[in-house]
Amino acid sequence: MRKSSIAFWCGAAAFLAMVFLLTRTIGNEYPFFAGYVILQFIVLAVAWSILGGYAGYVNFGTSAFFGVGVYTAVLLLKAFAAPLLVQIVAAALAGSLLGLGVGLLTLRMRGIFFSIATIALAIIIETSVMNWRYVGGAAGIQLQRPPVMALFESYVKMLFFVQAMLAVVVIATTRAIQNSRIGRGLQALRDDELAAECTGVPTLRLKLLACVISGALISAGGAPAALYLQYANPESAFNLNYSVSVLAMSLIGGTAHWIGPVLGAILLGVTQQLLAVTISSEVNVLVLGITLVVFVVAAPKGILGLLELLPLRRRSRP
Amino acid sequence: MTRAEQGPMLRIEALTKSFGGFVALDNINVEIGKGERFGLIGPNGSGKTTLVNCISGALQPSKGTVVFGGEDITLLPPSQRSHRGIARSFQIPRPFRSMTVIENLMVAFDFAAHRHRLESADHRRDAAMAVLNRIGLAAKADVATTALTQVELRKMELARAMATGPKLLISDEAMAGLSTSEVDEVLDLLIGLCGEDIAVIMIEHIMQAVMRFSERVMCLDAGRIIAVGTPAEVMGNARVQEAYLGT
Repeated sequence: MRKSSIAFWCGAAAFLAMVFLLTRTIGNEYPFFAGYVILQFIVLAVAWSILGGYAGYVNFGTSAFFGVGVYTAVLLLKAFAAPLLVQIVAAALAGSLLGLGVGLLTLRMRGIFFSIATIALAIIIETSVMNWRYVGGAAGIQLQRPPVMALFESYVKMLFFVQAMLAVVVIATTRAIQNSRIGRGLQALRDDELAAECTGVPTLRLKLLACVISGALISAGGAPAALYLQYANPESAFNLNYSVSVLAMSLIGGTAHWIGPVLGAILLGVTQQLLAVTISSEVNVLVLGITLVVFVVAAPKGILGLLELLPLRRRSRP
Repeated sequence: MTRAEQGPMLRIEALTKSFGGFVALDNINVEIGKGERFGLIGPNGSGKTTLVNCISGALQPSKGTVVFGGEDITLLPPSQRSHRGIARSFQIPRPFRSMTVIENLMVAFDFAAHRHRLESADHRRDAAMAVLNRIGLAAKADVATTALTQVELRKMELARAMATGPKLLISDEAMAGLSTSEVDEVLDLLIGLCGEDIAVIMIEHIMQAVMRFSERVMCLDAGRIIAVGTPAEVMGNARVQEAYLGT
């Protein structure tokens, strides 16, 4: 276990160093603009899998948490011109509170009922923000980027690096949960809630915890989007596409291990970016749907399930 | 002094459970002592499993109280009861399907028995292996639960319940489908547990097993207690014979 932890943190450090190096060496902004979206999807998909994968509670409200992250950032920018780090931390707090509220209200429901409740949540919050004039209402709000930090040449490159750091934080958190007794408890309650309770697993408390952590991380991942686009409106911040994409990425990657959503997000994120520049961004949804159908039918355990079939790889838990 | 006289470990008072207009349990009063071997019998639909569900917390009684170790646990969720020492197996096995046999037991060690201070994962794994050894499933430790036979699943359920470190273990038809020698094996195991001061409530249709195992037997019929006493007394009871054989 220790050895794999060292390997993990070395990998994470190498990844961040590489990301930083890229921002220093590549002049063109576009790769970072596109790469940011993929990193953002990694953050969202991995964070989603804490509740949706380990606990098996399919959250359709990713867009609600994402939008709350965006609008926390908008609010803080407008009211206090707060720096990016403050926006992210505040978004995480807002997301965790929302997660707690949602959890208390809905986690006694199971299966499809929970999912429907989370969709309703997204619609309720979107409608509220739409009617909130201070943050721009339905028309949205233009945002001015502050000056970029000295280490970076441009704001987009800095955001790319920040999102990479967020990805490391989210993956490390998820990995820690997976390897702890919390992870085992979530897995147990996903398999059979009553049996888990009778074996001593405090299922409601664990589900709440998963909902709070997952919500906090999704909202944190949404916070930088405000300054990334320099514009926010409810329709795009609370777009149901986030919920669908993130769910598809997690399921296509496989939810048994944190690497699954990462693979799914990279696969679908890269495909989407390529399609957006070659054909049109509208095709994305079609491809997403088809890929999801293919995986559900042919590889219900996702890419991870396919990898397990390879004779080379013994299942291990880094 | 018999065990029952040492003061009850579990006391059920005036317990009633109804589902809509159907009364599944009607004013049940019973006490079970430390380390007692208690048999629970009755025809199908007589309320045995409902009673077990009310004791383990899967169901809330409509009326009445459940007192365990001197504490009123009527409103506690199953996990809290598990921490206090109530464990059960299920009539239809409910394994954690995405896990191996030993991982199923590790859930118990991670949560219910974490007070045992088995700090390192290796310690917990050793302890889980010891339980599996005892029940004769050690060879299947790393097998996925989906690959187990019905009999093995029942044994695993029992092992998982034992892994929580219970003071009261409820075995809900753990022996259904077992061969005669396997029944004896499980009986010896349960009797051994009682020797360690763990009370066992055994629900069973195999009468020889009930007779051999129990110090006291309670017979339910249509949600009411129709007889409590030594196995011989209960078997000799006219109402019990009527309930089982019809008139």
